[in-house]
Amino acid sequence: MSESLFDASDGEQMMDKLSLYFAYPFVRYCVMVGVMIALCSSLLGVTLVLKRYSFIGDGLSHVAFGVMSVAAVLNLSNNMIIVLPGTILAAVLLLKTGQNAKIKGDAAIAMISVGALAFGYLIMNKFSTSSNLSGDVCSTLFGSTSILTLTSREVIICAILSFIVVVVFVLFYNKIFAVTFDETFARSVGTKADAYNLLIAVVIAVIIVLAMNLVGSLLISALVIFPALSSMRIFKTFKSVTVFSAIFSVVCAFLGIIISMLAGTPVGSTIVATDIVAFGICSLIGTLKGGR
Amino acid sequence: MALITAKDLSVGYGGQTVAEHLNFKVNSGDYLCIVGENGSGKSTLVKTLVRLIKPVAGEVKFGDGLMANEIGYLPQHTIVQRDFPASVKEIVLSGCQSRMGLRPFYTGAEKKLAADNMEKMSITNLADKCYRELSGGQQQRVLLARALCATQKMLILDEPVSGLDPKVTAEMYELVAGLNKEGITIVMISHDIKSAVEYADHILHIGNTIFFGSKSEYLQSKAGKIFMMMQSKDPHVGKLV
Repeated sequence: MSESLFDASDGEQMMDKLSLYFAYPFVRYCVMVGVMIALCSSLLGVTLVLKRYSFIGDGLSHVAFGVMSVAAVLNLSNNMIIVLPGTILAAVLLLKTGQNAKIKGDAAIAMISVGALAFGYLIMNKFSTSSNLSGDVCSTLFGSTSILTLTSREVIICAILSFIVVVVFVLFYNKIFAVTFDETFARSVGTKADAYNLLIAVVIAVIIVLAMNLVGSLLISALVIFPALSSMRIFKTFKSVTVFSAIFSVVCAFLGIIISMLAGTPVGSTIVATDIVAFGICSLIGTLKGGR
Repeated sequence: MALITAKDLSVGYGGQTVAEHLNFKVNSGDYLCIVGENGSGKSTLVKTLVRLIKPVAGEVKFGDGLMANEIGYLPQHTIVQRDFPASVKEIVLSGCQSRMGLRPFYTGAEKKLAADNMEKMSITNLADKCYRELSGGQQQRVLLARALCATQKMLILDEPVSGLDPKVTAEMYELVAGLNKEGITIVMISHDIKSAVEYADHILHIGNTIFFGSKSEYLQSKAGKIFMMMQSKDPHVGKLV
């Protein structure tokens, strides 16, 4: 494939470099994890965008940053133990406050997310024993090289969580559609919309914690939003939009990781940049196709 | 026994009562129109009937074998739906969701039901079209087909003709009247008193004065006379007159 894009020697060089890289297990782990995370994060993207929940993902990722800094300070070997429950809790709280509190949805999210960022940095700054503080902060925010240092255990955890996310999504696909399209109607025929909203929030929390390894907490929303938005430009049924955004996300993540290896750029931002370029292409196709 | 009996019902939001002391019955086969000024609590009442909100006081009783989740409800449009990528088929099928329980996928029978209801609303040719690209009238047919998947007994419609042009409005009324003739009980909110009086057999008027009774009683009543007069004078009250 690369031969068509580059001249022969360049292509060969790249291929050599890649095959050299792929000989290392950590590179294979990185690609595997990247693809799994991209798949999961794209699935609920459509629902989030349509339910006007895009910022919940953003807010939650900041919360995850806060919890992560607590975990870092406590020197937990496996910070998943507290980051996952902490983020899920925040997701539940955000959803509840969004519905009926005096502080309305977006304001509540802004409050919680900025608060978590501030406290996270404060805690890290004050109590961290690490010698490279700004490096730590930067990698939690923008994705770390830690994706290249994944252990096989972390890969397995990621695989299990991704599998659960995909299964839950497939099993509840029709319910999620119903609740997203018309919550009022769903409630009127006795569908437990609150329970499904909760389910959606919990799954988002899981995805965010997963994705944090890949792109860092500031860039997670991109993984959730871009596939959905791109796919909504071109496709017109819920099923095709969902399937295409999954493909879109996986392809972009894969390309992004490969490019970042070859060009030596940071993984997270390269993936997001790939997403943005692909979004541009999809918008163009959508415009040409639909004339809108 | 009536399908729905409201006894001294008060409805409202978050402790605020918007309509009080409502008493009415909906019998099988009825066509009830709910009319009243803006803000008189028509939508709130309907949401209470389909159990989206709890009554402030009094009670709503379901009878005659009608389960609360067997009402086909046609809510007003939401912002979400304006740019929602979904095909007509997907939306109509989602009307079957109450039959599923925890079962994850739709059965062949449910898909058949959805197809039949699309046929009934003559939108079969639109099945794979995107909902957001349909005209207002077509969208309402889709939502009607979805509501029909949820019920065999009763439809509750919240201003189904708002925003439709006169021709499509008339078609919509005929469609609903046809369903009523097939034995489906209709409860409809309407701004448009003339059509309400033309098609409905019972009227519930809420607002400053409360009236419930048959159409002919309503036309003789004070509330009815005043409201009819107001609407024929002021073109803005009855948008579609």
